[in-house]
Amino acid sequence: MGSGTDMDLSAINPILLIAAMIAAATPILLAAIGELVVERAGVLNLGVEGMMITGAVCGFIIAVNTGSPTVGFIAAAVGGAVLSLLFAFLTQVALANQVASGLALTLFGLGLSSLMGQSYVGIKPPRAEATPLGPLADIPVIGPIIFGHDLMVYLGLGIVAATWAVLKFTRMGLVLRAVGENHDAAHALGYKVKRIRTLAILFGGACAGLGGAYISLIRVPQWTEGMTAGVGWIALALVVFASWKPWRVLLGAYLFGGITQLQLNLQGAGVAIPVEYLAMSPYVVTIIVLVILSADKSRAPGSLGRTFHASG
Amino acid sequence: MIRIEARPQPSAVMAYATPVLAVVLTMIFGGILFAVLGKDPLQAIATIFWEPIFGEFAFFYRPQLLIKGAPLVLIAIGLALGFRAGIWNIGAEGQYIVGAICGAGAGLAFFPTESVLIFPFMVLAGALGGWAWAMIPAVLKVKFGTNEILVSLMLVYVAEQLLASMSLGLLKNPEGFGFPGSRNLQQYPSAHNAEIIAGTGMHWGVVAALIAVIFAYVLLTRHRLGFAIRVTGEAPRAAKFGGVNPGRLVLFCLGMSGLLAGLAGMFEVAGPSGQISIDFNVGYGFTAIIVAFLGRLNPLGIVAAGLLMALTYIGGDIAQSQLGLPAAAIQVFQGMLLFFLLALDVLTNYRVRVGRAEVA
Repeated sequence: MGSGTDMDLSAINPILLIAAMIAAATPILLAAIGELVVERAGVLNLGVEGMMITGAVCGFIIAVNTGSPTVGFIAAAVGGAVLSLLFAFLTQVALANQVASGLALTLFGLGLSSLMGQSYVGIKPPRAEATPLGPLADIPVIGPIIFGHDLMVYLGLGIVAATWAVLKFTRMGLVLRAVGENHDAAHALGYKVKRIRTLAILFGGACAGLGGAYISLIRVPQWTEGMTAGVGWIALALVVFASWKPWRVLLGAYLFGGITQLQLNLQGAGVAIPVEYLAMSPYVVTIIVLVILSADKSRAPGSLGRTFHASG
Repeated sequence: MIRIEARPQPSAVMAYATPVLAVVLTMIFGGILFAVLGKDPLQAIATIFWEPIFGEFAFFYRPQLLIKGAPLVLIAIGLALGFRAGIWNIGAEGQYIVGAICGAGAGLAFFPTESVLIFPFMVLAGALGGWAWAMIPAVLKVKFGTNEILVSLMLVYVAEQLLASMSLGLLKNPEGFGFPGSRNLQQYPSAHNAEIIAGTGMHWGVVAALIAVIFAYVLLTRHRLGFAIRVTGEAPRAAKFGGVNPGRLVLFCLGMSGLLAGLAGMFEVAGPSGQISIDFNVGYGFTAIIVAFLGRLNPLGIVAAGLLMALTYIGGDIAQSQLGLPAAAIQVFQGMLLFFLLALDVLTNYRVRVGRAEVA
């Protein structure tokens, strides 16, 4: 930590910084990989922020009451998925506009979470243990960077790998992509478009919930209203950035996690840039990256955002 | 077997009935929510919807209806123009903040000079600030095809940081004993957006909202541009063949909604709120999205929806102090309303049939 107002960059330990960047990337990664699956199924769910914050509060409440962060994370996934079920109902059953429904989900989730979390402000959650990797974590440099994390970091990586494999190599992945590329053709082939999309939406909700709980249980760790502070929206941007490819989501998440963590460390080191301008940087960078990458729209799933209703 | 079937034409009856139905359902489920929170549901609903208009202290709350309704209507009118054309500005909150910063900054730059020209200059600055902030996603969309939803939303967070920076730095009251926040514009007569008729809540923002409603109504029903907006929303390909320039429409719709949101912010900071502070924005930009949909993206509907939403804010405050109903409960209540509205909308475009489908 820098002393007083003097700038002290030497206070930033590069090894700890990289390790912290990986941790900072995890909530974005979890939410984005979930949304990627949803969008590959042809559904645009703008409710990521709402599902994340709901996951954050559900995970926090359950973890505090049970004393177990693991049970908390499970509750967060369930909470996010239950909220996403509302979106699935609106868009798949009531055939409502996806943009409006997603916004509704975010507004509702922000309200619901602050209602639920009222009596939990200022409480410390139970600490999540580092993954017991034994001597691996003691290796200099690589140890703390790669092997010194909690289980959720590895779970996030695992979900990315699994998503990639399922989308690329399995029949399930093929069907999901078919539904997303052309829902009419998929329907004509006999696939249950709505059922597949609903399952994808639930998966997205669960992942967003996990990402939210990572913020409230590990990153911060505390509960405050609106604490996801736009991470859900950055995750949405990340899916575009990644051209709907899982490994590029990972890359993007580390990039954004890196920027978030770096600006926090620079704030701590007392750099001569005002805190507010540093805090803006992740959002500004998101916009810049979106601009650079939006020239290539060819990778977007063909039916993205369109309502499907089988006529006749 | 229940199934839904597309109507050949959207039902006109349902188009009017669904918002009313949504409000009724929200009251029922809101009541259940309040009951779960341990409050008497009937009393809570009555406190929210009845007390502000007909209660003992209605004389105090009725003007609040205009004060809270005006920014909502002003912002929602702009949003509705874009939403109708499929252009999604969801960053009105940011444009509202920047409008307020520019408006307040323009006024404070002349402090303590008194002149009748200061207030109009502030209005201009506020409108321009909101417009410019909305032009960022607009220009990026037209030039690079960037998604306006994400960019406009990201800019809300940037604007919030800018607001914090301004209230701690450039616009901080030099006589404020080190507290964050600007000078109070209510104590600077030339810059104060005072009530036009004392005690009515009628300030210049209300006038601006009324003008915006009339302008939007005429635009949508009588003007070629309004026709272009409607066609683009309903049949984008047809609009293109009809000679609509989609880029210019994006610039117009986003610019217009930014301008109106900026105005709303400016009137708020110069009037009811009085000063730029870190927590100046209270989410009008997001609530206005609900208002726009509740009003069926129709200018006259938006007026009714804006007043209703203002009522839930005021009634929510009363319920908070009298019944101890948490503030967040009102936020959930408002979110619920949008849910029911979207869910019931299916009845406008589809009809529900009971019975087996015939084999074609």
